[in-house]
Amino acid sequence: MSFINYSSREINCKIVYYGPGLCGKTTNLQFIYKRMNPEARGKMISLATETERTLFFDFLPLSLGEIRGFKTRFHLYTVPGQVFYDASRRLILRGVDGVVFCADSQLTRVDANEESMENLRVNLREQGYDPDKIPMVIQYNKRDLPGVASLAELHALLNRRNVPEFESSAATGIGVFETLKAVIKLVLIDLKKGAR
Amino acid sequence: MNQGHFIVREREYEEFLGILRKLMVDAFAKVVFLVDKNGTLLASSGDAAGFDTTSLASLAAGNIAATGGLANLIGEKEFSILFHEGERDNMHISVVGERLILVVIFDRRSSVGLVRLRVRKATERLSLVLAEAIAASNDPTGGIEEMTEADIESLFK
Repeated sequence: MSFINYSSREINCKIVYYGPGLCGKTTNLQFIYKRMNPEARGKMISLATETERTLFFDFLPLSLGEIRGFKTRFHLYTVPGQVFYDASRRLILRGVDGVVFCADSQLTRVDANEESMENLRVNLREQGYDPDKIPMVIQYNKRDLPGVASLAELHALLNRRNVPEFESSAATGIGVFETLKAVIKLVLIDLKKGAR
Repeated sequence: MNQGHFIVREREYEEFLGILRKLMVDAFAKVVFLVDKNGTLLASSGDAAGFDTTSLASLAAGNIAATGGLANLIGEKEFSILFHEGERDNMHISVVGERLILVVIFDRRSSVGLVRLRVRKATERLSLVLAEAIAASNDPTGGIEEMTEADIESLFK
């Protein structure tokens, strides 16, 4: 649920990066953090284990400029991808305005992607969202690695809704900003619809 | 579906701010924050400049969400008050009307008992204003609905 402050003329939206463990959600945020103008981004917070696995969430606030006199602020969150952190994933989805599903393109992770997508749909429903309507984009990450599934396969498995999809290599930044831009657009279009 | 927005107009914002100012004085607090449960800062009173307020709001919301999850595990609806004691400063975090989080930071000039008492009073008043804000959220006016795709595109130029 977006938060609009008419007093300070601000729109605040929450975007969650979801996907299986080690698919590159945190890497996406780290790349965005590194490449954004420091004036447009706040501090990145990572609640991670000693081995740098996300324990609760990563958080990166962005401030992208004004629309019709409203400052637009986007709060990017990642969920912990490991299966047993499901309770935390559910909490982070609360109040979400848009989702980036980050898939791991490696053939060995095909099942993990499917499981995570199903888990996302279950958890969205549990939070009162319609998983077929929430603004969402899919990112097929790690395209630079050997042994990856074809785009057609990944699309058939994960993108039944036919949402915008992007190939990426988050470690080098390929596709990271295209993905972010697409989800922000969808969130704002949804916000406009909701305001009617 | 969780559709719609949470909208705070000038009027409710000023009312929130007035309540926070009074709470800060009455509780001898250093700084007081009002945060949306989704982790967005709504308003603050006191010397907020020394804090990373965006991170603070996000982590306070995460804190309430995590302890809420713990509460559910033992059959409680939520733990509506959290208290963190530091060497110098302390933090009192409480839920307001199931939607907002009130964060009070105080040092040894105050006490947890006094803060708790003042927070209770302030929460009653904040809840009333929150109810007005929620009612107003159903009737949005003022520009968002006029946003065009070209406006959205301009953000990325």
